[in-house]
Amino acid sequence: MKAWHFSENAYPYLPPADEYESIRVSLPNRIYDPEKGAALYDRFLDEWLIAEDEGMEIMLNEHHQTATCVDPAAPLVLAALARLTSKSRLLILGNPIANRRQPVRVAEEMAMIDVLSRGRLEAGFVRGVPYEVLPANSNPVRMNERQWEALDLIVKAWTTHDGPFSHEGRFFHYRAVNIWPRPYQQPHPPIWISTTSPSGALRVGAHGYVQATFLTGFDGTRAIYDAYRRGWREAGRGADVPVHRLAYAALVYAAPNEADARAGAEKLLWYITSNKVPPHIANPPGYVPVGASVAMMRGAEHPLSAFRKAATVDGAIEAGIMFAGTPDQVYRQMKRLYDHVGGFGHLLIMGQAGFLEHDETVLGIRTFAREVYPRIKEEFPDAAVSGVA
Amino acid sequence: MQRHVIAIAGVELELFEAGEGPPILFLHGANGFAPEHPYVAPLAARHRLIAPSHPGFGKSSLPDWIDTPDDIAYIHLELLDRLGLHQVDVIGCSLGGWIACELATKVPELVRRMVLVGPVGVKTGPVDRLDIPDIFAQPQDKLNALLFHDPARMRMDPSRLTDEQLAISVRNRETLALLTWEPYMHNPKLPHRLHRIAAPALFVRGESDGLVSAPYIESYARLLPNARVATIAVAGHAPQLEQTDEFARMALAFLEAGDVR
Repeated sequence: MKAWHFSENAYPYLPPADEYESIRVSLPNRIYDPEKGAALYDRFLDEWLIAEDEGMEIMLNEHHQTATCVDPAAPLVLAALARLTSKSRLLILGNPIANRRQPVRVAEEMAMIDVLSRGRLEAGFVRGVPYEVLPANSNPVRMNERQWEALDLIVKAWTTHDGPFSHEGRFFHYRAVNIWPRPYQQPHPPIWISTTSPSGALRVGAHGYVQATFLTGFDGTRAIYDAYRRGWREAGRGADVPVHRLAYAALVYAAPNEADARAGAEKLLWYITSNKVPPHIANPPGYVPVGASVAMMRGAEHPLSAFRKAATVDGAIEAGIMFAGTPDQVYRQMKRLYDHVGGFGHLLIMGQAGFLEHDETVLGIRTFAREVYPRIKEEFPDAAVSGVA
Repeated sequence: MQRHVIAIAGVELELFEAGEGPPILFLHGANGFAPEHPYVAPLAARHRLIAPSHPGFGKSSLPDWIDTPDDIAYIHLELLDRLGLHQVDVIGCSLGGWIACELATKVPELVRRMVLVGPVGVKTGPVDRLDIPDIFAQPQDKLNALLFHDPARMRMDPSRLTDEQLAISVRNRETLALLTWEPYMHNPKLPHRLHRIAAPALFVRGESDGLVSAPYIESYARLLPNARVATIAVAGHAPQLEQTDEFARMALAFLEAGDVR
């Protein structure tokens, strides 16, 4: 088991939520104070470095036009981390390649960071959440097709070493692709893909890439992992799917005593309670399948918003999207999910949110790293095989 | 009304036909065509009404190579060939007006007279303002207020639709986004082609249309050699639905003016 400290670089100093329509896309940036923002960047970088010192790995992500994640160019932060760190693996999860017009540029950025970090890059790719299509002006229809064409092209750019090749595809056109530098890791950095749907996981499994899923809880995660395992086997990758191909992102907060743990967990809920987004931004046409939109018109929850029902610490723990408490409690909560979904090899720890202050964040990192991590590394070895008994 | 499915260039094209007389090619807007729409009866009373569902709308299929209104114009040109029609009148509403213009620029002699109802498809305004308000970034109630003179009467009530009808409506909107997302609601080439359309064209605007403004439609009409603008009161973006009688009277009067067929 590997544990990754993940921080969204949130900017929490906002007016009351009833004074704005949406925390994403349309929130005016006059609210953003660059002085406070600079201090936050310093702080979040420091927290990643502390996580490294504690033996954890590092993860970051990218969003646009939002106070929830002020990291609209994650490769820039990754480049800084490549020089500031020396041991941790560096996971970007991920590059929103359905929304980026130049996949070869993404291949170059990732190759450069892989070299800068001497082979510590874990290159994640995402389709991008629905709120990303307006900032990117990205057509919400046929995003999956764009994502997969871009990914295949990126892999080819990484692994072609004999001069230029051309690409004339459905969405992208290049006459001479020949990236410098090439990646440090051979044949290329490990590839991760996030998805929240079983249909997506089937395809990721067929490719054998690492499958990550965010806040999908007990049954949602199990369905995604089942689909991944099926895709893996149907593609002839063998009967056994190693747990290190599967990752789960949860809100995690450990503290030596229950009172501190509860207080930290309450603050972590900011991720869930602050995600105010109106339906027309949350569900652009074509983002989810027609049937899912019909169900929403009949009153169903958006598939990406199901976690919002878990807006209390107890509810979030019950739903399997949060592990919080004393080290022993965190271990037991995590084991319960692990067993239910058939195991996973990476715990992506959303360990900072909103008003969780630096000292509190560090307490969570250190308590987890020292009191929980050794135990789960031993109990859930990387060599284990995933699957529900 | 008859419904057929015709295979054209890899598209399974849904086609509705009603009435007899001089043919009208009816090109629907974003909400699709439905036989029960109120304008069907008056238009089909003295004409052969030919109403295809554009690829990706209604029950027409959507091959992966189609992603612009221009692509769809070629499908409908082929449809007219199949039907053996060498000259037709065309009515196009909103997105359908855009497709009508694309079609008419390609084979101008195919179009005898043309009625364009709240058409989109060109950009006439400044760089820093959308000509057409962003329909994909509005709460539904605000969008309804832009679309209709009387939103309370016109808004869609999902509880009164079957799952199949709802699915068609969701898919129509998805295809609309595919076709119009970028450049938003226009083809930058189209203004430089519209001069080819010699057919008399009537641009019709609902007076309360919050999407297609009066200056926009005036600028659009000026790009055609032989076009004028008419307004329908107490109607928004879809006067064919909100003021069906006045719309049908106006459209037929224009199409039949000087008709010696």
